[in-house]
Amino acid sequence: MKLYVSEGNPHGLKVLAAAGLWAHGVEIQRLQQDEKVVPFLSQAKLPALELNTGNYLFCANAICRYFTLAAGKEQGDLTNQWMEWEATELQPVISAVLYATIVQGKKTEESLAMVGKQLEHISQNLTKKPFLTGDAVSVADIVVWGAIFPLLAEMSTLLEDLSSLKNWFKKVSDLQPCQKAVESLFKGKGPSVFKAYLQKMPAPSATTDASACNEQVEDAAVQTFSEEDIAAAAESWSKGLPNAPKPRLSQHPILPREGDKNILITSALPYVNNVPHLGNIIGSVLSADVFARYCRLRNWNTLYICGTDEYGTATETKAMEEGLTPQQICDKYNAVHTAIYKWFEISFDYFGRTTTAHQTTIAQDIFNRLLQRDFLLKDTVEQLRCETCQRFLADRFVEGTCPFCNYDEARGDQCDKCGKLINAVELKKPQCKVCKKSPVIKSSQHLFLDLPKLEERLEKWLDQSLATGDWTANARYITRSWIRDGLKPRCITRDLKWGTPVPLEGFTDKVFYVWFDAPIGYISIAANYTDQWEKWWKNPQQVQLYNFMAKDNVPFHSVIFPSCLLGAEDNYTIVNHLIATEYLNYEDGKFSKSRGVGVFGDMAKDTGIPADIWRFYLLYVRPEGQDSAFSWSDLMLKNNSELLNNLGNFVNRAGMFVQKFFNGYVPQMELLAEDKRLLAQVTAELQQYNQLLEKVRIRDALRCILNISRHGNQYIQVNEPWKCIKGSPQEQTRAGTVTGLAVNMAALLSVMLQPYMPSISAVIQEQLLVPQEVNVLTSEFHCVLPQGHRIGNVSPLFQKLENDQIESLRKRFGGGQLDGGCTDKQVKAEPKAPSPATDPAKETAVVGDPERIKALMQEVDKQGTHVRELKGKKAEKSLIDSEVQKLLALKKELALAEGKTPDPPAQKGKKKK
Amino acid sequence: MAVEELTALEKCLGLKAGKYSRRAQGSSQVPVLQTNSGPSLAGLATIASHLVTQAKKEELLGVSLEEKAVVQQWLEYRTTRIDRLTSKEDVRTTLKVSHENRQDLNCYLEDKVYMAGNKITLADILTYYGLHPIIADLSIQEKENYMNVSRWFSHIQHSPGVRQHLPSVVFIKNRIYSNVH
Repeated sequence: MKLYVSEGNPHGLKVLAAAGLWAHGVEIQRLQQDEKVVPFLSQAKLPALELNTGNYLFCANAICRYFTLAAGKEQGDLTNQWMEWEATELQPVISAVLYATIVQGKKTEESLAMVGKQLEHISQNLTKKPFLTGDAVSVADIVVWGAIFPLLAEMSTLLEDLSSLKNWFKKVSDLQPCQKAVESLFKGKGPSVFKAYLQKMPAPSATTDASACNEQVEDAAVQTFSEEDIAAAAESWSKGLPNAPKPRLSQHPILPREGDKNILITSALPYVNNVPHLGNIIGSVLSADVFARYCRLRNWNTLYICGTDEYGTATETKAMEEGLTPQQICDKYNAVHTAIYKWFEISFDYFGRTTTAHQTTIAQDIFNRLLQRDFLLKDTVEQLRCETCQRFLADRFVEGTCPFCNYDEARGDQCDKCGKLINAVELKKPQCKVCKKSPVIKSSQHLFLDLPKLEERLEKWLDQSLATGDWTANARYITRSWIRDGLKPRCITRDLKWGTPVPLEGFTDKVFYVWFDAPIGYISIAANYTDQWEKWWKNPQQVQLYNFMAKDNVPFHSVIFPSCLLGAEDNYTIVNHLIATEYLNYEDGKFSKSRGVGVFGDMAKDTGIPADIWRFYLLYVRPEGQDSAFSWSDLMLKNNSELLNNLGNFVNRAGMFVQKFFNGYVPQMELLAEDKRLLAQVTAELQQYNQLLEKVRIRDALRCILNISRHGNQYIQVNEPWKCIKGSPQEQTRAGTVTGLAVNMAALLSVMLQPYMPSISAVIQEQLLVPQEVNVLTSEFHCVLPQGHRIGNVSPLFQKLENDQIESLRKRFGGGQLDGGCTDKQVKAEPKAPSPATDPAKETAVVGDPERIKALMQEVDKQGTHVRELKGKKAEKSLIDSEVQKLLALKKELALAEGKTPDPPAQKGKKKK
Repeated sequence: MAVEELTALEKCLGLKAGKYSRRAQGSSQVPVLQTNSGPSLAGLATIASHLVTQAKKEELLGVSLEEKAVVQQWLEYRTTRIDRLTSKEDVRTTLKVSHENRQDLNCYLEDKVYMAGNKITLADILTYYGLHPIIADLSIQEKENYMNVSRWFSHIQHSPGVRQHLPSVVFIKNRIYSNVH
């Protein structure tokens, strides 16, 4: 028996440790990592164990198993489970993290956030027993330890709040064979010894989780439901609408109510001087909107507020550029923002701004309280001052030569060439950006927030909030790393004019720094909404506060703003749930306003693609858990496959059957066992949807909706109501049951869709004449359209996106020159564009023109009869053929007008798995 | 998919159908079995090994120490390597990995009838289930390229009770592409 290990291969660790513990006699040979040992493998794979029979083991875990088996230890289910988990779930993430930190040199905190879930899983399982499988060290412990050791060796601080994991990790690391294994592999160096090994590996893709084009693995497998599940689903179905809770209508101003679930939602305040791009929209306002709409559907008392952040240097600069006053700039752009969010149907209860009297009063009040409680410090800061312009220069008003690389157009905060951060006073040959004169260094007095003094209370509060609230993993890690690096006093004043004035003698010519000022905007915006704002903002006992933002905003919401509120000692409501997204990329790069790359909020409208499609796709690729990308071809794919062929097709068929076969009245339903099973299936998806949305897993919950319509399509396909309706009375009843159940599923979908696609939801409800009382979500699926319910006119919900249309959009937004003149002709005019005269929200969502569809249908029928007649008369073949061609062309045109794929329906055996 | 496969295995072992649920893990799903006796079990290989023990057919997990380790090794190969192919990654890497897998397996099986020892084991059964969608898609020429895998596959699919609901894959005994060795 001979064990081969190679230098710098992380998998060697567990094997050496296991050999030390259970197989003392084994001969160990060290090789270079690319030496081939196992004869039947095409790639070199180490470690490997050569057995006395001549066979080889090449999986590190199997080698560890062999050692323990040889030492007479049997392995039970629990051991198997841990080892499988290590191989399939832990190892891919670990490789990705090691690769990101060691090879790509990414920041450790960010990469480590990826493995947080796995570490928590281990820790949870160690709370009741000292080792993974019981009271003694087993092979499972060694295997898991070996996997996480390279990560944790250097960064044991990670384990601070996972105490059981920390204890276990120390116990295993202290075992003598483990220590020896570490020494012989690491040789006193850090995990960087693995660099050469990792570089040779293909870049790991453990993160398939959210890659933008990721297809959900379709799994039509039999899900098993117990008899009770099925019976319960059938019972709630039969309750019907009258016994379901009713939606609650809220009246403004919405205020917290005693004994209710009171939810206050904010999305990060967009900075006023820019048009938001799709990444900004999905990161904060759209995500918060979905959650707010969902909360309202649950009858929770919900207030969603947002507004533009308007103070600061950037506004001043922009004003100067455009030759306006800062206030005029704010007014102009606030209107732009408002229009964009309106188009995206963001359901703010109130959309305000930060340049208001309330902002001044509240910010100054918090400031005074901090001052009285001695949480502010004074210090002098050296700053550049332009004597010509008579003012101190903010970082971005200075240019000069970089002190590091001598690049002569370095900015006051950062050099674009070498990327280093610069302190503006260190610039060589500084220049005022406005007048090009050289500024002088002057010292100026400033106020600082004494964060070190507030740290203790902050940590106490954080412990509690992190333990009880839903914080996304990235928010937790960013916050922890801030606290770990230690807090320093932060300057809260600036020598500017455009801001909230500082109400203190000696500082009256200064304003508050935006980061101190802007979050207070949440409070002042609420104050502009209602004079009873304190019921929301000074009521932590009754209010749950959700903050939505992209990850770059986390520290301000989790550390600095809470510190201010805690220091103010005024019973402020502080964030309970912090929901941060990762970044959305555009195609394969970044959104860039200056290069004209990417879709910005105001352009989305010009693409001709309805707002709901944008909402759907952005939510479908929401950067939840990790970065994702917007891709045009993926947008087209998702629209055509998920919306058109799956969701739209199901809702449309369900409605059409009622209309065509039952004269528009919902037929009688007699549920068989398989129908009840479908009820259970739908109920399970609904409950999953609720669970996910309660945890604000917005992207994942959307999959549940699509699953329901997928089940529905299969159900219709299997039961073939269009055939049954022509059969015996029994078969006709069957057709009725299937149609009735399907149309009720469509009604449920319209409610579940509301947070995601509000217009489409309304269109479905209008087509099916769904009563407004259904707009409440519970964990039950009720029959809301009973026998005899009359539905309205049904027409297709979605329009197919064509390849050339998408290609031209890609070209237009791809970063080439933005040619204003070509906007109109590039959006492909569909044969039947919706007429602009009627209600735009509704019209854009509905595809076909019912009149035209009807006309086409008649023509198809006519032509069909004609062909049949010719065939019946045994006419000449060439004549028949040409008439058949005409018929096919007509059918294709009809399909296009209906917004369907002209191909035969997609469900027929197209999907392989 | 995994649940379907475990149901097939239950039938193959003569067990009653268990109660399964699924947990999402990345883009794939991990099967979870609700056991009567203890806590639930997660993971394809873990549940499959458990079922074998339940059915009192421990010999399927290997008899000698070596066989036991080899069986578990191929189960891990199945869940980490073969399943990566079905979880739709980039098509190119899939093709590459898939080729490597078949190549490796083909070499490994050159002098073997079964994956571990001289009897059928769980490693054969689960590898067979895992490869089925891939092998079923191969052209006849490709099947000839992986001669040993084809021989083994054909053998396993005819072992009593293994195939269950899966369609039988056709192999041609006489070679039709003479240039392949």
